[in-house]
Amino acid sequence: MPKLIINDAEVEVPDGITLIQACELAGVEIPRFCYHERLSIAGNCRMCLVQVEGMPKPVASCAMGVSDLRPGRDGTPPTIYTDNEMVKKAREGVMEFLLVNHPLDCPICDQGGECDLQDQAMAYGFDGGRFADNKRAVENKYLGPLIGTYMNRCIHCTRCVRFMTEVAGVEELGAIGRGEDMEITTYLEQGMMSELSGNVVDLCPVGALTSKPYAFVSRPWELSKVDSVDVMDAVGSAIRVDSRDREVLRILPRPFDAVNEEWITDKTRHVWDGLRTQRLDRPYIRENGKLRPATWDEAFGVIAEKLDGLDGKRFAAIAGDLAALEETYALKQLSDALSSPNTDCRQDGAKLDPTLGRASYLFNSGIAGIDEADAILLVGTNPRLEAAILNARIRKRYRADPHSLTVGVIGEESDLHYPYEYLGAGPDTLSQIADGSHEFLKSIEGAKRPMVIVGQGALARKDGAGVLAMAAKAAQAMGALTKEWNGFNVLHTAASRTGALDLGFVPGKGGKDVDGILNAAEKGDMDVVYLLGADELEVDRLGKAFVIYQGSHGDRGAHRADVILPGAAYTEKDALYVNTEGRPQSGARAIFPPGEAREDWKIVRALSERLGKTLPYDSLAQLRSRMFADNPHLALIGTISPAETAVLANLAKTDGKVSKGGFKSPIADFYLTNPIARASAIMAQLSAMHAEAEEGATGTDG
Amino acid sequence: MSVRRLADEQPEAFAFTPENLVWAKTTLEKYPEGKQASGVIPLLWRAQEQMGGWLPEPALRYVADMLDMAYIRVYEVATFYTMFNLAPVGRYYVQLCGTTPCWLRGSDELKQTCREMIGEPGHVTEDGLFSWIEVECLGACSNAPMVQINKDYYEDLDGEKLAWILNELKAGREVIPGPQNGRQTSAPASGPTSLTSDELYEMSEESGAVNPPLQDDEAKEPTEAADRRAADVPKAPVKNGQGKKVAGEGEEAAKAEKRDNSNGKDES
Repeated sequence: MPKLIINDAEVEVPDGITLIQACELAGVEIPRFCYHERLSIAGNCRMCLVQVEGMPKPVASCAMGVSDLRPGRDGTPPTIYTDNEMVKKAREGVMEFLLVNHPLDCPICDQGGECDLQDQAMAYGFDGGRFADNKRAVENKYLGPLIGTYMNRCIHCTRCVRFMTEVAGVEELGAIGRGEDMEITTYLEQGMMSELSGNVVDLCPVGALTSKPYAFVSRPWELSKVDSVDVMDAVGSAIRVDSRDREVLRILPRPFDAVNEEWITDKTRHVWDGLRTQRLDRPYIRENGKLRPATWDEAFGVIAEKLDGLDGKRFAAIAGDLAALEETYALKQLSDALSSPNTDCRQDGAKLDPTLGRASYLFNSGIAGIDEADAILLVGTNPRLEAAILNARIRKRYRADPHSLTVGVIGEESDLHYPYEYLGAGPDTLSQIADGSHEFLKSIEGAKRPMVIVGQGALARKDGAGVLAMAAKAAQAMGALTKEWNGFNVLHTAASRTGALDLGFVPGKGGKDVDGILNAAEKGDMDVVYLLGADELEVDRLGKAFVIYQGSHGDRGAHRADVILPGAAYTEKDALYVNTEGRPQSGARAIFPPGEAREDWKIVRALSERLGKTLPYDSLAQLRSRMFADNPHLALIGTISPAETAVLANLAKTDGKVSKGGFKSPIADFYLTNPIARASAIMAQLSAMHAEAEEGATGTDG
Repeated sequence: MSVRRLADEQPEAFAFTPENLVWAKTTLEKYPEGKQASGVIPLLWRAQEQMGGWLPEPALRYVADMLDMAYIRVYEVATFYTMFNLAPVGRYYVQLCGTTPCWLRGSDELKQTCREMIGEPGHVTEDGLFSWIEVECLGACSNAPMVQINKDYYEDLDGEKLAWILNELKAGREVIPGPQNGRQTSAPASGPTSLTSDELYEMSEESGAVNPPLQDDEAKEPTEAADRRAADVPKAPVKNGQGKKVAGEGEEAAKAEKRDNSNGKDES
């Protein structure tokens, strides 16, 4: 632990960190542009200069290790000054040079108000420039539909290049030319193809890379900001929703080390335009084959009529991928009140069963656990599409020490941005690992923290239960189930899934699952089906059943519906979600639902009253306290309650049958996985760009 | 320096000739496994030579594929180094040094000549024979001003001499590279300025000294100190006369003779 004297205060700091980190620890803020904690060190902006006693020139603190500093001649610890005249002068010099070519267009710049350069120029800037010549002019680049470029403003910090290369794992961005003429671009200005590309906008310390869809929309100080949680995938990234009046204007990541660090996917970031289009803003009733606007009272009336005296077995409820805990809980209780056992949340038909124990459907190691893993087996999952943030985490682990990580893949081969051993396509390979005969086990011998990640592609099959048992067995064979390490992980794709499984939103005794409900509906054995935002279904198979659709967007489910109850999207309600790790997280209301749409749990509560089966709560707090009483672990918002590992051993003992076919990722198009994304013009654009690129790749290059 | 862009017109495809391909493969074997990307500059350079002095876009992708690099990484290298030309150049590619010593000695006049005979920098003449650009110091300051045409230096120029060279090249005649004012390499332009006294040479003959004064065209032999430095293990001081190798002397003499001949050619 080296000792330092920073501005006359002695501090002891961990070995091996950099001077800028040491200063942060000592509570001293150092200005910086190119330095970023999660990226490699570039040391090219020179803004973080400090004075180290005994060194003739100021030192870039981001690139100087504390262990490299020498003590003074009299044995005093290395002495650092961060705010004396010399440092101030040096930084002012750097700032002046940065501003030589940076245009003075703050009034028309989208970064204005949240610009690192603007802020730091307040501290180190000069009131006027001494540079009389013309400023450099740089052509703007095309980087796809998400990222607008104003390259005159670029200060060459190369954060974006480092992010794309290191974190996203796509060598797309680069710096061409040299010196003053250096330019950031992609190869021949192709659009950026990464699922994480939007993060470069956050990283850009100036307004060179800006969000294209958000261009000239608002100023940061006009926005109200709400901390919330993302529902585009099951990772549950921490986000901040920025809104003005009744519109969400942008979504930004919040730093949360345990889940998303500080990255979010492009889908999470740019889905907000889908929150405005295709909205269900009033109840509808289908009359003579056509939907007509109605009042809440009318809509409830029609439903009450249909449900009056109905046998509970002829009623079914399906929870969609975006449903929060509250409405799922309420709908479950309503189904119980109607004595219907037909409830299911597994739209894709994944064979997950909460009766097997929580450990059988959670990402038990935790996302942060990936950092410790030394062997990872991916079964039937393409994490790049199913949970891009989690994939970036695996890549982070790979980059931290490439030689101590072995990744094996069973399923589809695709570019995951880190090297892996391709083991096989389907259950055959998995069974070889489970019975210990596969060579992969030899290559991971001695691994202390092995992980198995099972995707929905492996579970959403007829033999899913068998695959799940086999995966647990494989985890056992890999040594992933020990007292202090649970390396059995299920990676979900739906934000609602873990929570709904926690609440037991699965078929009760003699109840039908999604497939069973659809079959029954086709045959006419199911009279009423309640879709709680469930759109990833084959709605054609609903036959003649009376369909109640409650949700926010006019998607597949609403098109088939007989009654539409307009609900709130995830930005419009205070709601809880449980991510794939089993971590309950709290989403918050940023804006009100449009028109007559209401928060979803209230709709279910109101309907229950109309049906004469009033649910026993009148406020969100009451509902939650009941829910928490039934499921205490959900009350621990933000923390994971570890699941009992022993159940996995039991699961491994069960011997399910498996079929031959290879695993397929459930996600065909990353950008169009849920009703909100399908309503978004930006997502459609991205989807088209990717489809085009794929066509080009197979057509002309192949 | 200026912004560098790929040329507007690009060939459809690029591939190394069989000879170059063999060369590229041997070159890549020099690098440790997994570090083949280090060979990007030699490969690009060979591609540029094959294309007659410039790098087309397909060549960037070709080299990137060969080295398993991202295209953008090769693009970065090609745009960073100004010796990679991104647009076609003339068959005689004139690089004119405009840095201070050459400028003081009249590189402006050379530029004027180039402008008149070739056109603006970067422009290729109609017949495809010439193009020129201004470059930074080429390290031949003692012979300023100078130009480099393809791989050869033409030194001690003025406008007229450069015009003559360009005309000779245009006519398909060879021009001997080196100083164009009759000077021997970078020896003083006005003739020898030191060691001019004949006595020096006479004295040595009379006294019969072992070491006659060195002539310009004779290589200096390493001193004993240098010998000791070059040796692997520190040795005891060598006694007078023992450090020299008789065979080595013979070789040096032969080399010196050769050099003498080539100098003579230069001047003719």
